[in-house]
Order: sequence, then structure tokens, then C-alpha cells
Amino acid sequence: MTIFPNPIAEIEEKSKLLGINLSEIDLDSITLPQGEDFGIPSDDEEDELRQEDIMEFESGLTNAIVVDNLPAVPKEKFDKLEGVIKKIYGQIGVIKELSMPKDPVTMASKGYCFVEFNTPQEAELAKERTNGYKLDKSHIFVVNLLDDFDKFMKVPDEWAPPETKPYVPVENLRQWLIDEKARDQFVIRAGPSTEVFWNDSRQLKPELVHQRNHWTESYVQWSPLGTYLATVHRQGAAVWGGATTFNRLMRYVHPQVKLIDFSPGEKYMVTYSSHEPSNPRDTHRVVLNIFDVRSGKLIREFKGSADEFATGGTVGVSGVSWPVFRWGGGKEDKYFARIGKNVISVYETETFTLIDKKSLKVENVIDLSWSPTDSILAIFVPELGGGNQPARVSLFQIPGKEELRQKNLFSVSDCKMYWQSSGDYLAVKVDRYTKTKKSTYTGFELFRIKERDIPIEVLELENKNDKIIAFAWEPKGHRFAVIHGDSPKADISFYSMKTANHTGRVSKLITLKGKQANALFWSPAGRYIILAGLKGLNGQLEFFNVDELETMANGEHFMATDIEWDPTGRYVATSVTSVHEMENGFNIWSFSGKLLYRIPKDHFFQFLWRPRPPSLLTPDKEEEISKNLKKYSKKYEAEDQDVSMLLSEQDREKRKMLQQEWEGWVKKWKQLHEDEKMERQMLRDGEASDDEEESSYEAKEVEVEEVLDIVEEIVLSEFDQNS
Amino acid sequence: MRPILMKGHERPLTFLKYNREGDLLFSCAKDHNPTVWFADNGERLGTYKGHNGTVWCCDVSRDSTRLITGSADATVKLWNVKSDSALFTFKFDAPARSVDFSVGDKLAVITTDPFMELQSSIQVKRIARDSSEQTGESVLTIKGPEGRISRAVWGPLNKTIISAGEDAVIRIWDSETGKLLKESDKETGHQNPVTSLSKSADGSYFLTGSLDKSARLWDIRTLTLIKTYVTERPVNAGAISPLLDHVVIGGGQDALHVTMTGHRAGKFEAKFFHKILQEEIGGVKGHFGPINALAFNPDGRSFTSGGEDGYIRLHHFDSDYFNIKM
Repeated sequence: MTIFPNPIAEIEEKSKLLGINLSEIDLDSITLPQGEDFGIPSDDEEDELRQEDIMEFESGLTNAIVVDNLPAVPKEKFDKLEGVIKKIYGQIGVIKELSMPKDPVTMASKGYCFVEFNTPQEAELAKERTNGYKLDKSHIFVVNLLDDFDKFMKVPDEWAPPETKPYVPVENLRQWLIDEKARDQFVIRAGPSTEVFWNDSRQLKPELVHQRNHWTESYVQWSPLGTYLATVHRQGAAVWGGATTFNRLMRYVHPQVKLIDFSPGEKYMVTYSSHEPSNPRDTHRVVLNIFDVRSGKLIREFKGSADEFATGGTVGVSGVSWPVFRWGGGKEDKYFARIGKNVISVYETETFTLIDKKSLKVENVIDLSWSPTDSILAIFVPELGGGNQPARVSLFQIPGKEELRQKNLFSVSDCKMYWQSSGDYLAVKVDRYTKTKKSTYTGFELFRIKERDIPIEVLELENKNDKIIAFAWEPKGHRFAVIHGDSPKADISFYSMKTANHTGRVSKLITLKGKQANALFWSPAGRYIILAGLKGLNGQLEFFNVDELETMANGEHFMATDIEWDPTGRYVATSVTSVHEMENGFNIWSFSGKLLYRIPKDHFFQFLWRPRPPSLLTPDKEEEISKNLKKYSKKYEAEDQDVSMLLSEQDREKRKMLQQEWEGWVKKWKQLHEDEKMERQMLRDGEASDDEEESSYEAKEVEVEEVLDIVEEIVLSEFDQNS
Repeated sequence: MRPILMKGHERPLTFLKYNREGDLLFSCAKDHNPTVWFADNGERLGTYKGHNGTVWCCDVSRDSTRLITGSADATVKLWNVKSDSALFTFKFDAPARSVDFSVGDKLAVITTDPFMELQSSIQVKRIARDSSEQTGESVLTIKGPEGRISRAVWGPLNKTIISAGEDAVIRIWDSETGKLLKESDKETGHQNPVTSLSKSADGSYFLTGSLDKSARLWDIRTLTLIKTYVTERPVNAGAISPLLDHVVIGGGQDALHVTMTGHRAGKFEAKFFHKILQEEIGGVKGHFGPINALAFNPDGRSFTSGGEDGYIRLHHFDSDYFNIKM
């Protein structure tokens, strides 16, 4: 490791004194250890971090540990001690090198040694397992990574008060919401490039906001309220945002991070990585970090084997099911929960510890889901003991953990829970075995969460044996749609949780027969739904108005793999991602099914609309607006008209320009053609000039028309032959 | 109007050519037998038997008496259009890929494929008026470009030769000396192999189709890139309308991948673009396989397409076509 001649603070101070921007300096001589910055803000953490990575590789010391508190043995016993240490660490990994420094005079060992392993993972494991290992009463191992050792050595002896950073006003991170034209943004990834666009549907094209190559190493993700765009890198995750362009706002160090997840109120970020075990018999090791999004502080770390984080007590899942932590309590990010073996752990975010310091014991629980708005937890427990103990769905109130409602279900094979977006209803899709246990049929249990005692209604389809292909609640509404039957000619039924004169009964609105659909996409504003036939069904789209129960338009985006509504429900994006080799790109449609524009992009990976935070308007105000829509829309209609005028004007201009440009070419060619006329004639042994040729073409036009008639007869004769 | 289906070839079509008057259509296919058809009703007139391999390309003289065909059997044959007798056979040591008569029909430019250790080449042969005096000697041989040369044609007044091929570069050569005069820019030009090249009626500009899913229009003298037409499929063939400001381009997924995708997924459409505005006008579907060849009737009132499916489809345009407003 490099020895640092100057403490960092000095450099920092000095640079400030001299007015040097540290980020402009070659930082080769400066290295901050991971996760430790001495309270000094770094101007460019990325560079520093990368460099650190390289350093580690070069020196290869991430895989070495220092074992302290060994007995100091004389020369004779040296080999024996070495043997003991080898035995201890040989169990953990392959020892590449073991070195025990000796006193040059007495030749006795100094009471510590260095062990180098093959991989950093082994070193870390060794530290974990043997720190505090009792060799005997007076010799308790103190094990540290060599890297850490270096870090500890560098801690200044005297405490210096951390510098108070001057307040830097933060950009308006929600600038995009006050776009004059009220447009929405989206991000796409295609090839190495990640691009953010405005959806400018008036101009019928996207307008670029920001573009960057290799912005992320795996994928990008918007935070749930749209404030941040998160990117995933080898060293960790980062979030980007800002008023005008995308600046990096914060980084979250988590080496080898694979997946990230935001809490719904975007206060916290969960990052996940899994690491190859040093011993192939062991399961993967999993690291989960929870960060505070704004400060970047690591709040809590979870480590364990993959098994511990696999959902489901009985189902042997090798990987974890993402997200491991399910956030509850609405947008306030109050609680999060995870399923363990026979246990549900609910944490609260004030202290980031278990509620009541205890997990909830539930034998065999395999699924849980939160109400999207309230701190109500729904869990599913499958049948036990071959049906002696029924399966059940329970609702718990958090933090009290009282059971609000429970429903026992018999001969259940599987269960799936669907919450309505405002938490009013919960639909549980239950697959039950038939008497013979050879096949299953499906029914729904509908919970009315907001009503007293949470009444449950059972809904069965008219044809009980229909397979359920898709289910979706109307966002913020009381209706839901179900695709049932056999693909590709399935039926789609719409139900309402209300009937005309009774609010407590489910009623069927309509069944559409024989639709080529396998997915449902409700508009986020409700009322409209797209019945889509994705993948195998070639991208058939039907835009359906559920208020009027009529089809507005039929469309098709051939081979479409993904569909996403913009957060306002005005536009829909359909895309073909690179799972297909051909046709990659996306289409933007209006809510009513009019194709607005198409953008083909090769190697298309991702399309994501930037989410919007919930409206600040009160429900009353919203109603007032929708009542007086005409008044409000006037302004926008005028604007639309202006834009379309301008567009057609521009279009005309452009066409005129192109036409003129072309005419320029033609004129030049004609001239050259004329100039070469004599020469050409000579090449043809004096045969017909070009002009004559042209006139002879015109004469022939008549001939051809006659011929056309003949052709028509022949088509008829073809008919005759066929018939 | 309903297209006329011409089924005469047993294997994929490779090339289509109208004679100057537009009454005859010559077709080449992988089944060894170039065929001549009536261009109006699609009736077959006859076939030219003698090749022993895929026929890649053909050209017909201005007076419609001579036909020249290039084949993978490493020969180029000169035919009397009226009878199926071969007048002369040029022998090569590699498959012949493209043939083109010069202005005046006294010269022909022929390209050969890379074969075994041989490089691809562009060769110029003198065509004798009296076929008994015909020799197989090359007037000029150009070597250099890497990979296959898909097509080579004559420039204005036979002074230049324009070639395009697998290396995606368009080149202009001096037809006297064989010197390279111009090369298309790698940055702005095609990114993938060029599969087709066809000249405008007056020979002032030409259209190239490429596997980079685009077709481009170039000035034949300066090699200036004038227009680019972007499509969703690799382009195998293109043609410029002699009548309207339209170009038609065709292609489709690789023949190799066709079996794995649906009929519609391949997009085996002949696509019409507005030549000047570069906007798509429409498409003509029908082939069950990629389109390999396209040609406009010299009067611009009909066009033919030849597909990997072995069919030639002859389309006479409806009157609506002539009223398209852009």
C-alpha cells in the first residue's frame, strides 16, 4: 500500500488556500479508503473510487488479513504455531502465503501474522469467522483485513472538528413538473446510450433532454415520485436529477450491486448484491444495504446466505425474490417487511429495527403484500399437513400486529393478491383443486378493506374452469378486468365492486368474447384500458373505454413486448425490446389509440416514463376542474392549434427546401447530360439522341394504356382457370 | 390491380431486367435458367439453357438482340435474345456476380467473386458486333476491394465504373486505366454490405441498397450522398421510378432466419419511398420470403419484384398510384 506523506486534510486545506479545484488534479497520490472520508467531502468521488479499485488490484491486498494477539513464541515453537494457524485458516480458504514476522535479535515471533488468501471473499470470511477466536485464555484473535489495517493507521491521532460545509442551495429537482407544455419525460436505453426525452406529442416527436453513453452498467430506474433517475454500476448505485439537466446527486457505495429498489416515498434505497461463496457447497452470500437517498448515508446493512432471504418457507428458491423488502405504510415509508422462514419481519424506519423487537411468527408463510396506502399487511399461508390445516389469507394492522381479518381456504393450490391502488379493495385469486385433484379452477375473494369488519365476497366466473390469464384493478377506481379462457381466443370480463342500487355487491359489466389479448393495461387515470396481445399474439392492441363499454380503436405494434402508460394517462408507449432481434423500438399512442409517432432503435432495452408525484390538488378542486373542463382546455386547444399551424408551416418550408435542392441536382444533371449528348451519340454509333428517346416514351404511353386493358382480361382468364 | 404471379423459376430469384422498350422482362434465378417474359401479361417467352449454376445477373443490349448473363458456374454467356443459343462463353476461375453493358453495347463490365485464394475482380470485356469475332480477352482487370463485389456498372460515357460490395464502400474507377478515382465516406455511407445498385433512367444518379437497413441515393459523377431511405429490414434490392419521384426498395430478413419467424415478422414488402422527401409512401406485400430483385418498367407504370420464394410478381399500378399527393 502506498504510504501517504500528507494527511488528506492538509492537502484539502492547502488546495483551498491556493484556490485549486481538487477534481482537476491528478489524484494518483490521494486515496481515500472505502466508506471513510474523514469528514472531508471529495470533489469527485467517482474518480477516487475507481482509482481505489485499481490500487487494490495492483497490490492484491484485499485478500490478506492481519491476525493479531498471537502468542509470541520463541524460535523452537515457531513452526508449531505456524502449523496451528495454517490449520485454522486452511479450513476457510486456500492460503496463498502466510508470513509471521520475527524479531531479528531474539528470533521470537512478534505476536502477529499475515495471511494471504486467493480471493478477497475468503479473506472477508476469515475475518468474520475468526475474529475473537480463542486460541487460549490469553490469546484471543483480533483479525482485520490488511486494507482496514491501513485505514486504521491513518486515523489522525488528534480529533479535529469536522468542517462545516457552507450551505449550497439545491437545484429544484422537480423542475420537470412545471414544464410549460405540461409534457412528460421518459428514459430509454438503446445500445450503449441512455437518453431522456420529452414526449412532445404536439410535434409528433421526442425532444432530447439528456444523452449519455454508458450512463449505467446494467439498467436505469426512476424513483417512485420521479425525482431521481438511478443508475447501477459495479461500485454501487447513483442517482441523477436536477433542474435543467441530469447531474449526479448522490452515490451509494455497494460493490457488485445487482438490484436496487426505492421506498415508495423515495426516502430510502435498498441495494442488493449476491456473492459467490468461497466454498462451492455453501449458498451464495447476500448483502442488502438500505441508504438514505438524500444524504447517501448507509442506514442498515443486512448480510446472510441466500436461503435466509428467499421468500417462502417451504418452497426451495435458489435466488431471492425481488424486492426482498416490501415497503408499507403508504408514501411515508414508515415500515418495511420481509419474509423469512416461518416468520415475517416488520421493521420501522424511525430506528430501522424490528417492531417490538420481535418478528411475527407465522408457520409456512409464503407471500405477503402491503396495502398501497395503509399500513395493512396481507399474508398468505398455504395448506399444511395435506389439507388438515386449511390455507389462509390474513390481514394485519401494523404496528399493532392485530389480525384484522382472516379467511380460511380449502384445497388451495395457489394464491395471488392484488391490491387496488388506493387500498380500498384486495382481490385474492385462489386456485383450487377440483375433487379429483387433477386440475384446478379459479375463484376470487374480494375484500372491502375500508368497510366495517372488512366484508369478503366470493366471485366465481361463469365458467368455473376458465383459466385466468390476467387480472387488473382500475387505478383509483372500483372496477377490474379479467382475461379468462384459452389463449389466443380468450374472453375479457369487466366487473364493478358496486351495483346500481347496492354499493356492497359485485356486478359484471360486460364480457368481450374471443379477444386476442393476454395482458391488461389500465390508464393510470382509470376509465380507459388497453387489451393487449403481447409476445405470442403479435402485439394486438385494443383501446377500450370502460365507461361507455365500447372499443375506441384497434391498433397493432407488431411483436410488442412492453406497454406503459404515461403517468397522466394521456399517452401510451408500446415497445419492442431486444428480446427480439428485429423491429426494436417504440411507438407512442394517444390514450384513444391514435398512433402518434414511431421511433425504431436497434438494441432497445428499456423504456420508462418518468413518474409524477401525486397531484397537489384537493379532490374537490379536481372535480371542479373536470366539471369546467371546457374553460380550462380552451387555452391548451389554442396552443395546440398554434403548434400545428407552425408545424405545417415548417413542414411546407422543409419540403420546399428539399424540392429546390433536388431541382438543383436535376438541373445540373440535365446540363451534363446535354453536354455529353454528342459523345454519347458517338458511342452508340450515331443512334437516336436522348431527346428523341424521351419523346418516343411519351408516344408509347398510349400504347401502354391499351396494353393495360389486355392485362385485365388476362386476370379474368386467370380467374377462369382457378374456378 | 391484382399482381400477376409469374412462376417459372424453381429457386430464388436473383435479378430482374427490362429491355429498353419495356416489353420484355429478363429474370435470373438460382435455378440456372435465365428466362424472358412478356412484360405486359407475364407470359413466358422462353428460357436460356446452358448455365450450370446460379445465374446472378444479366443485361440486355439497347436493341434487345443480345443478352449477357453472369453465373456462379464461373462463366458469363452471351446470348441471342431470339433463340436460346449461346453465342459466346467467357470463362473465369471464379463465380461471376454481375454484368453490365456499356453505352453503345461495345463493352461489358463483369465482376467475379472471391474464390479459393483468388481475390474478387472487376473485368472489362470487349463485345464484338459479330459474335464470330468475339474473344475472351479482358480489356481491363481491376483488383483491390476486399470481399465480394455485388455490382459494378458503367458511369456516364463509359468513362468510369461504379462498384459496390461487401465492404460497404462505393467506389468509382477510371475505366481506361483502372485507377481508383473516388471512394464513399465510411462514416456517412453504408455501414454494412451493399447488396444492390441500380441507376436512374438517365444514368445521373444511382440507388444502393444495403444490409444496414437503408438505401441511399448518390450522384454518379461526384459520388455525393444525396438521400437516405431508412427501413426496418436489410435491403436486398432497389429501383428508381423513371416516371414519378419514387423509389422502391425491398428485402427482408436473412433467408437464413426466415424459417424462424412468421410471415409477417419478415416484412417481405416492397416499400415505396418519396425520392425527394425520403418519406415512406406505402408497401406492396405478397412475397413469402425476402425480395431479392426489383425493377421498374421503363415507362414507370408497372414494376416487378422477384423473391426468395421463386415467384416474380408483376404489378401494374392502379390510377390511384399516379394521384398520390405528398
